[in-house]
Amino acid sequence: MPLSKELIEQKLNEKFSGESFVFTEHRNELTVSLDKKNIAALCKYLKEEDQLAFKLCEDITAIDWAKRKNRFTVVYHIFSIKQNFRLTLKADVDESDCNIDSVSSVWKTANWHERETFDMYGIHFNNHPDLRRMYMPEEFEYHPLRKDFPLMGIPGSLSLPKNKN
Amino acid sequence: MGLEARLNGDSFFTTTVDALTEWARKNSVWPMPMGISCCAIEMMASGDPKYDIARFGSEVMRFTPRQCDLMIVAGTVTYKMSHVVRKIYDQMPDPKWVIAMGACTSSGGMYRSYPVVQGIDQFLPVDIYVAGCPPRPDNLLNALMQIQDKIGRTKARDFQDKPLPELTVIQNN
Amino acid sequence: MEKLTKDDVHPKILEALLADTNISVEDALENEMILNMGPQHPATHGVLRLLLRLDGETLMGCVPELGYLHRGYEKLAENMSYYEFIPHTDRLDYLSPMSNNVAWALAVEKLAGIEAPPRAQYIRMIISELARIASHLVAIGSLAMDVGALTVFLWTLREREKILDVWDILCGARFTNSYTRIGGVANDAQPEALAKVKWFIDQYLPNLDECERLINTNRIFVERLDGIGVISADEAIDIGLTGPSLRGSGVEFDLRRAQPYLFYNEMDFKVVTYPDGDSLARYFVRADETRESIKIIRQALEKMPQGDTLLNQPKKVLPKKAEIYSKMEELIHDFMIVNFGINPEPGEIYHAVESSKGELGFYLVSKGDGKPWKCKIRSPSFVNLQAVPQLVKGHMISDVVAIVGSLDPVMGEADK
Repeated sequence: MPLSKELIEQKLNEKFSGESFVFTEHRNELTVSLDKKNIAALCKYLKEEDQLAFKLCEDITAIDWAKRKNRFTVVYHIFSIKQNFRLTLKADVDESDCNIDSVSSVWKTANWHERETFDMYGIHFNNHPDLRRMYMPEEFEYHPLRKDFPLMGIPGSLSLPKNKN
Repeated sequence: MGLEARLNGDSFFTTTVDALTEWARKNSVWPMPMGISCCAIEMMASGDPKYDIARFGSEVMRFTPRQCDLMIVAGTVTYKMSHVVRKIYDQMPDPKWVIAMGACTSSGGMYRSYPVVQGIDQFLPVDIYVAGCPPRPDNLLNALMQIQDKIGRTKARDFQDKPLPELTVIQNN
Repeated sequence: MEKLTKDDVHPKILEALLADTNISVEDALENEMILNMGPQHPATHGVLRLLLRLDGETLMGCVPELGYLHRGYEKLAENMSYYEFIPHTDRLDYLSPMSNNVAWALAVEKLAGIEAPPRAQYIRMIISELARIASHLVAIGSLAMDVGALTVFLWTLREREKILDVWDILCGARFTNSYTRIGGVANDAQPEALAKVKWFIDQYLPNLDECERLINTNRIFVERLDGIGVISADEAIDIGLTGPSLRGSGVEFDLRRAQPYLFYNEMDFKVVTYPDGDSLARYFVRADETRESIKIIRQALEKMPQGDTLLNQPKKVLPKKAEIYSKMEELIHDFMIVNFGINPEPGEIYHAVESSKGELGFYLVSKGDGKPWKCKIRSPSFVNLQAVPQLVKGHMISDVVAIVGSLDPVMGEADK
């Protein structure tokens, strides 16, 4: 049976009864918005349920909405090779409580994606095995993809080598 | 060179030795390919059979800085990378020259953004800037010929009093 | 060689490197050795830095450190219009700029809800396959060079030059092309360029065979790759490998087949897989994939229709330059698009293509402005590199170059 919006909706509501999922579609792409406390359990279910089999985690990132109440949205793109179906998961994270459960125990590949998101947005991933900066030097204090970080950076935040001659 | 240090002045012997060393030096420039990004591929292309950098005596790309006299910095230098570039430059023996290949190395290029150093001349002495993003191999060869001209104008004696570069020997703990 | 000290390695990296041992940082150099490889190393394909933990010559652990080429693409994209970002996509995976252009154009077109005319799509298909060949040629050549066969590198680079010549004719740039536009391509493919493509695909296969004859039966080459860096199909999917690296583990997953874009659904080609999952299999996949690309190009050249190469939709697509100079209406549209952007309706899309390294995806969020609110680049090299610690474990130190070379990372894309 090919995967469709209805089937996923039905399966998720069966498994996680009492939780509210919001299903949206834009340009034929299905997106599920959920509460951040469910993310690890839901990802585990989506991966291990035989009919869904979302075995490939393509990407994890975040969006900074700047002035919104829930400032960040963490976005997961997962793909089911078996069903040839792509699904987007979204969970809101507020700045005052800037953390979300890690899914690196579900997909190994999530490790680096979450590190990158931490580096760029400063969102903390709980239970992550190795949460370090991905790109920027460890001494760097800021999170560059936040909207309040200027494009040209903050002068003096990154060092240049000293000229010896 | 130790010889010309003992024979001061422009005697026949020293000028002849100078001419010889200049000629030898300029026709066997050994580049240190500091390939960082896109320009590195064009630098590789300049070594391929079509452009053939060997015509200018520079096909010996040495990946260790201690055997090189020309550093070609090819690609965007970020703040994180700048320390590495400088460290490698410091390890090269004198006399040494630097080509800043491409717009990124020369001025930051199209990357006016937080991690990119806006021009490597902020921490390195640069001899030749090559325009282009990335420059065609012909451009790099042109820069190499200009470096050769510059080397031809440099006297070997100019380097005799210069102190050796300070090698950073770090003790454990 | 200088001894590596705590000053050179950040304590957090050391911590990660020594995570599964009971030795402390202080006595690390007594039992086991920590070796720094890169960021300036000829075999790391750019500026990848690997910290290796060695017991004798056997690798006990490995921590890759990225970010030496982090150029802030995603931040730049948020600060420029969709058109302005096209040249930046060239420099992501700089071994195949054309396919990145195509990926970006397709993503923006999906966001804006437009579609390029068929001829433009066929041209895009031809150039992305040519880009795939060009990229695989460098991958094969540099892999051979890493394990000691320099001649192959010169031969594959010679073939690559021919593709760069095609691009020179096609768009006037040989390396960073920026040839695609949103809603089409910059100019129609000239007959000379197509003739050159035909000439190239006819003479390519014998030359590839020649390269293969040189290394496929070479004992040194084969033994340095055979059985090195083995990864099973399940592990490969779990760690997120895509592209040739995944197909080298026997998984028949290719976005051109699974989720066809352009006209790949009309093309007859085989998804190349090899079951072994080692470095040699990944090399074979790349070599065979170029043959399939030749097949696709040949079909595309036959089927290519005549017609426009740029969509006529003034609110979203820049008009042709000649018309801007002669007509008032077009001048106004050009002014509006250049100054205010194409303003796609609010929404978000993820579009992925099969680039030469794997799945190259763009995640775009529009708020209805001329600039993307958020642009995330899902780069295959970044994800593929994550497999390195797992692949090198237990191998000898000289195998690291073979493994990294067989994954074919491009740091411009991995570091973004």
